[in-house]
Amino acid sequence: MLKKAGGELTAPTGISIKDAQFPRPFDTGLEYSPPARGDWNIVHIGLLIPQSHQIYFCAQGCLRGVVQTTAEMDAMDRLSWAYLCDEDYADGSMEYNIIDSVAEVIKRMEQRPPCILVFLSCMHLFAGVDFDMIIEELESRFGGIDFVKCYMTPTMRFSGLAPVPTMYKQMFVPLRESEKDGGVNIIGYNWAIDEKCELSEIIKGAGVTLRQLPLFDKYEQYLDMAKSSVNITIIPEAASAAEDLEERLGQKHLYLPVSWDFEKIKDNYARLCSVLDIPLPDLSQREAEAKAALSRAAQKLDGRPVAVDFMAAHKPFEMCALLLENGINVKRIFIDLISGEDEQAFEFIKKNHPDFEIFPTVNSSMRFFASNCDTENEYLAIGQKAAYFCCTDYFVDLVGAKDMYGFDGIKKLAESIIDAAEDPKDRRTVIQHKGMGCQSCL
Amino acid sequence: MIHYAKIISCYTADTSGVCSALYELGGMVVVHDASGCNSTYATHDEPRWYDMDSMIYISGLTEIDAVMGNDEKFIDDVCESAERLKPKFIAICGSPMPAMTGTDFDALAMIIESRCGIPTHAMHTNGMKSYLVGASQAFEMLAQNYCGKAGRAKTKPVVNILGATPLDLSRQQIVDSVWEWLERCGFEKGCCMAMGSRLEDYQSAGDADCNLVVSSSGLAAAKVLKEKFGTPYVVGLPFGKEYAEVLKGDIEKAIAEKADIISCAQRAENADGAKSVIVGESVYAGSLARAVQMQTGRPVRVIHTLDTDDELVAAVDKRLADEDKLEEEFSQCECVYADPLFKPIVSNEAEFTAIPHEAFSGRCFRKSIKNFVDRELEF
Repeated sequence: MLKKAGGELTAPTGISIKDAQFPRPFDTGLEYSPPARGDWNIVHIGLLIPQSHQIYFCAQGCLRGVVQTTAEMDAMDRLSWAYLCDEDYADGSMEYNIIDSVAEVIKRMEQRPPCILVFLSCMHLFAGVDFDMIIEELESRFGGIDFVKCYMTPTMRFSGLAPVPTMYKQMFVPLRESEKDGGVNIIGYNWAIDEKCELSEIIKGAGVTLRQLPLFDKYEQYLDMAKSSVNITIIPEAASAAEDLEERLGQKHLYLPVSWDFEKIKDNYARLCSVLDIPLPDLSQREAEAKAALSRAAQKLDGRPVAVDFMAAHKPFEMCALLLENGINVKRIFIDLISGEDEQAFEFIKKNHPDFEIFPTVNSSMRFFASNCDTENEYLAIGQKAAYFCCTDYFVDLVGAKDMYGFDGIKKLAESIIDAAEDPKDRRTVIQHKGMGCQSCL
Repeated sequence: MIHYAKIISCYTADTSGVCSALYELGGMVVVHDASGCNSTYATHDEPRWYDMDSMIYISGLTEIDAVMGNDEKFIDDVCESAERLKPKFIAICGSPMPAMTGTDFDALAMIIESRCGIPTHAMHTNGMKSYLVGASQAFEMLAQNYCGKAGRAKTKPVVNILGATPLDLSRQQIVDSVWEWLERCGFEKGCCMAMGSRLEDYQSAGDADCNLVVSSSGLAAAKVLKEKFGTPYVVGLPFGKEYAEVLKGDIEKAIAEKADIISCAQRAENADGAKSVIVGESVYAGSLARAVQMQTGRPVRVIHTLDTDDELVAAVDKRLADEDKLEEEFSQCECVYADPLFKPIVSNEAEFTAIPHEAFSGRCFRKSIKNFVDRELEF
């Protein structure tokens, strides 16, 4: 039973999609943080580089989140930190404090890592810290270590590249010019694409080496990514990383976005085969399997209402459109900002399902949404935030479309819906696990 | 001056201290920050987040608003939410960026209060101090603004608890154990700052005969209540059987003599040069040190790893915060009682006893946090 800590409750309400504006359906204001923690942050992403070490420089308040993320992963041996005090940011000593702190940390290490990610914060950038000079000085003092400029700058999230795309870009900076072997990398995705997915099968079927960072445990394997000729990205946040590598290393960037639209999936594979210079294989069986799985899911749900959240997958409106078109009763979505790639699906639902509901996730009233919920376990949710807000233990535990790409992904989604409808989960425990797929001591 | 760590954790910051202290009182707390603060606090520092609604928000500060000094957006957003949600009070907190741009939170509080008619308090946090500083400010604010005398009828001496947050005490059950112990000792239950009490309960806080300060964050509030109502205070947690009995005597003495007693720091006997140390927040660690010493006869010192008042530090104790200094100190110890995230810098030769501390290791070891109140200590 939820307990309210005072205050008059205002029952939060969503809006019908027919009244919603693209791309921001809701006004901005004070922000609430719902307790669904499966999303990845810069610590999780940075730790994908095998054998690397991270050092954070920031105020204690900012430090806390990254340190605890690492502690829960039982990876404190891969993170160090130094905090800023009041007196530090105004006396001109920031650069040398950072250099000296890194030097002290390295001195205390039993074995030097091949790569150190140095994270500075909003405060450093506001103070005009010379990050290039810091890195140059560190490289001159500690040969054999790749130092990488990284940023924890949430204040700048709307000023140029946001923190996560910046992280994806910076994490490939150590890749150096190398002789190409025709391989293909998938970059900027937090999990490896399944071997049974058509994407993997087409690449491997062409006799091409497929390199995926989440599968590597040696720094040399990571460096070998420079040998590939093509970088595939599947989410827009990774685009700047691929563009940078195309410019620096001549690796072709191929953007094959996660999609929940059969035609767009086919188009992705056609473009992939064109780049690999192979004929497009017959994927009709895969497509049919995906459609059959959706049909089974619709049958299983039998009109049960479904809710989706933006954190579950890229292009969540496209996912909703797919499910609606295949007989699944998606009634609501939880989202604050709609991406340009999802506009077409948003407009489709607006036209064809005008009463489809949209709710924000961070609006201050949403604090009281779950505690006012009178539909416990009525919904089937796709995503952790949807599960939380709809108070349902029947949910697909999905973040960032993990393991779901192409026809194979749609089939897995449908099968996950069936599983979720049959087997309730321990919602409270599952959604509070930080960083989906990461180790956790909880 | 550099403060770095290769492997240990860090304590949570002042903004989390404010949020934790004010969580249950029906107010609205707004941290003027980009993002991260709220998620960090809600995920790692706040065990009540899932089960108990509280109006803790961030402003979503952006670079352009910070650079251009666009305080109007902050004011509008706070007022808009406050008018809709009707909190009993508003507390606004600074974070690193507003500290750099010199945001005047006192002025913002005055404007917000005048616009929406809800009492608004500026918390002078900057994200660069420990949680104790923030919680202390919040409790002091409560003592100054919301504590009164109501002429409460009483048959026994009334005791309040000051300085309780999950950051130090983890869960309500531990606070309830302190209440049960006080009642067994013959005292009447007052109010608690701030776990398990409502804001309205503070209207009779001045009727208490003694304030029991259970963390260093409660000390400033105790001093305010002393000044306002003449209430004496005793500092300590009733850990272990023997020390709980001593603390009971200290409360009785404080009431009888109207004297303040820093019970947890009265540890000079036999502990000089002790090879056993307890690491952490002054009141918790000091009380545990007394309890261990009394139960086992083993002399124990405290390593204060957080900002603390001089009066909470015994002559045999040390104040150390940096990892290298702590590691050096631990290398001379035979027994270390500390949060598990200190273990990597404790030598293998030393006996290590895990005392998880929410403010240091967050939710990592929450399930194994023990209740030491008025019972034989078992580690």
